[in-house]
Amino acid sequence: MFDEFTGPFIIGHMNYWLFIILMMTGLYIVVAKGNLVKKIVGLNIFQTSVFMLYISMGKVTGGTAPIFPHDLDIDPDVIYSNPLPHVLILTAIVVGIATTSLGLALIVRINEEYGSIEEERILEIEQAITVAENTAHGDVMGGRG
Amino acid sequence: METEILHHTRASFQDHLPVLVILVPFLAAPLMVLLGSRRLSWPIAFGASVAAFGIAILLLAKVIDGTEISYHIGGWAPPLGIEYRVDAANAFVLLLVTGIAAIVLPYARESIKTEVPVRHHTLFYALFLLCLTGLLGVVVTGDAFNVFVFLEISSLSTYVLIAQGSYRDKRALTAAYDYLIMGTIGATFFVIGLGLLYMATGTLNMADIAERIADQGGNRTVRAAFAFIVVGVGLKVAIYPLHLWLPNAYTYAPSAVTVFLAATATKVAVYVLLRFMFSIFQPAFLFEVNTLEFIILPFAVLAMFAASFIAIFQNDFKRMLAYSSIAQIGYILLGIGLLSEAGLTAAIVHLFNHGITKAALFMGVGIYVLRSGGSFLDDIQGLGRVMPLTSAAVVIGGLSLIGVPGTAGFISKWVLVQAALEKGWWPVALMIVASSLLAVIYVWRVIETLYTKPPASDVIAGEAPLSMLVPLWIMAIACVWFGLDTDLTIGASQTAAQGLLSGSAGMR
Amino acid sequence: MRHHLILRVVTKFLVGTIMLYAFYVQFHGDFSPGGGFQAGVIMAVAFILYGVVFSLEQVQRVFPPWIVHKLAALGVLVYGVTGLYSLLTGFNYLDYTALSPHHPEHGQHYGILLVELGVGITVTGVMVAIYYAFAARNPIISDEEW
Repeated sequence: MFDEFTGPFIIGHMNYWLFIILMMTGLYIVVAKGNLVKKIVGLNIFQTSVFMLYISMGKVTGGTAPIFPHDLDIDPDVIYSNPLPHVLILTAIVVGIATTSLGLALIVRINEEYGSIEEERILEIEQAITVAENTAHGDVMGGRG
Repeated sequence: METEILHHTRASFQDHLPVLVILVPFLAAPLMVLLGSRRLSWPIAFGASVAAFGIAILLLAKVIDGTEISYHIGGWAPPLGIEYRVDAANAFVLLLVTGIAAIVLPYARESIKTEVPVRHHTLFYALFLLCLTGLLGVVVTGDAFNVFVFLEISSLSTYVLIAQGSYRDKRALTAAYDYLIMGTIGATFFVIGLGLLYMATGTLNMADIAERIADQGGNRTVRAAFAFIVVGVGLKVAIYPLHLWLPNAYTYAPSAVTVFLAATATKVAVYVLLRFMFSIFQPAFLFEVNTLEFIILPFAVLAMFAASFIAIFQNDFKRMLAYSSIAQIGYILLGIGLLSEAGLTAAIVHLFNHGITKAALFMGVGIYVLRSGGSFLDDIQGLGRVMPLTSAAVVIGGLSLIGVPGTAGFISKWVLVQAALEKGWWPVALMIVASSLLAVIYVWRVIETLYTKPPASDVIAGEAPLSMLVPLWIMAIACVWFGLDTDLTIGASQTAAQGLLSGSAGMR
Repeated sequence: MRHHLILRVVTKFLVGTIMLYAFYVQFHGDFSPGGGFQAGVIMAVAFILYGVVFSLEQVQRVFPPWIVHKLAALGVLVYGVTGLYSLLTGFNYLDYTALSPHHPEHGQHYGILLVELGVGITVTGVMVAIYYAFAARNPIISDEEW
């Protein structure tokens, strides 16, 4: 019973388990942390988990790196791993870098404007602005704001 | 190496249309940056988007009778190579997106002069074109992973475009940041879904996936993939509980960006949702799993009411319209949730009609912001008398938003109500009418402030510049035109709905 | 970091080597793992290392920001125009056969070289631009704080 459980279910699906753990770790950080930089870190972990899912998907048991010999004399006995998911993930990594650098750039600008990168502090400031706006613009509307 | 004579038929300009529609804005963007000339950047951007619009018209003319065009990138045949595929459904969306882009650019020229620092103008137009490229690519491609790549191209440029609003209001930065986090989570969910699909089928070509899924029935991997894709794209569509990024992003982005996003970005996301739901996962799968109507329908109805209700209590015209957008997305989802040909037709018609209606309204807001410095109701009060032409167009847009007969909004709601009645869901039909009444309230609040109150003393008198008025009026006239002449909208939507409902047969 | 003699000497020695390696990865990517992405990043590392060890001003004197931005755009254009060429000669977009219609296999080689060159240029430009954008925002840490 125990062996049946640990064998195919846990060990056999190890890549999926790690994927799920990483994914949930990443999502948790994005949701729970108030620091904007930490959120980006969480987002990175989240994305990395997907990279892992794809890359482990391309592995063929006993397969080697999918590079053909230069003379294209392919030995039919050699098994190659599937390179397509790796190529896809190369693209996804580039997208991830772009997202990260853009997110960090936004944080730099937010820090310059708000003087903080803590979500709570930023929300406080925004709340104050909204209240000020509503008192400035609400009266005209018969106090409906 | 032996010489190999290749038998090759020369492809003509007509054959290249599907790739040209993307290539023109895609190459214009770096060209603009390379030239680095502020004077040349606008003409290049405008020229590129008009050219793309022309190509989209040619494409729609070719496929409106139900034929399909398949274009093999690099000459590699699908399913191995990447394929661009144009049919009635996406040619229609292409027309909407390129058309809006070509109309927004003249408007943007005046609008961003006051909202974005001059040194950023060249990059602004370059990003605008990249965003356009991404949206067009999402629509035209027939390769599932390609959708993700193009989606991210458009999203990344969108985040930057929204952040450009920070020179007017610093909250644009946090709005862009929030959208970045949410959008990336959505995109990553989408990629997880694609990964699961690839595991189940071993292919990325949409038609090929569809075919292989059909053989498998609904196994668990496919179902998980479906869930991930719907949630991931749902974040981009702003389906009701996933809409939180939208109000701030629309409110604080520069006016021209808001017009473009409201009219195209969410619509393209809806298109992706339709494509994946119907062409890849078969309609049979949706009916069989049969949870779709129980998931999408309640959220659609909730969006129609909750978002409209919140819109009523907004003091900021722009923010009010942002919430109204969420409600309107509810109508589109309702059409999809009906899972019938009439429902899908209604969804696609509304996708188009709401696009032009919101474009007209947000253009009006942009003009008010330009002239009075804000979009709060007390900033715009009395402007109906000072700026009669702008306000008249805004009123037409507002009527179309409500769905008054004779406007585009009426047509789509009419088709939607008919679709609901056809299914015998008269409570749903009643709810559509009831939520339209909520739209009457918030639109009336705006019309009331525009015409019955005296203008504020510090308002710069006079109409908007012509380059903004003309696009606004084109949109306003389109609202009326498509309310009277429904051949194009309903015709194309019906062809598209039939194609979608025939599932992967529609992709053959 | 003017006082860190060893770092400065080693950096001067390394920058050239790193650039050479970048070119190797770039042009050998046709036969072995490598290509534009990797080469672009390695090339950017040479500049970033120089900037970190010496100073932002010094690296910007060698590689001014405006050139960096133009390079990023130029690379994309190289890629796009390669595709456009095959389109204009009557082949599908990015069909490398167009580059050598009588030797399709040669065409593939030329096409990949050109496209990867475009990728390499853009990646170099973008990576250096990202470094500039962040490095220019904050005051540079003074030597005493190390």
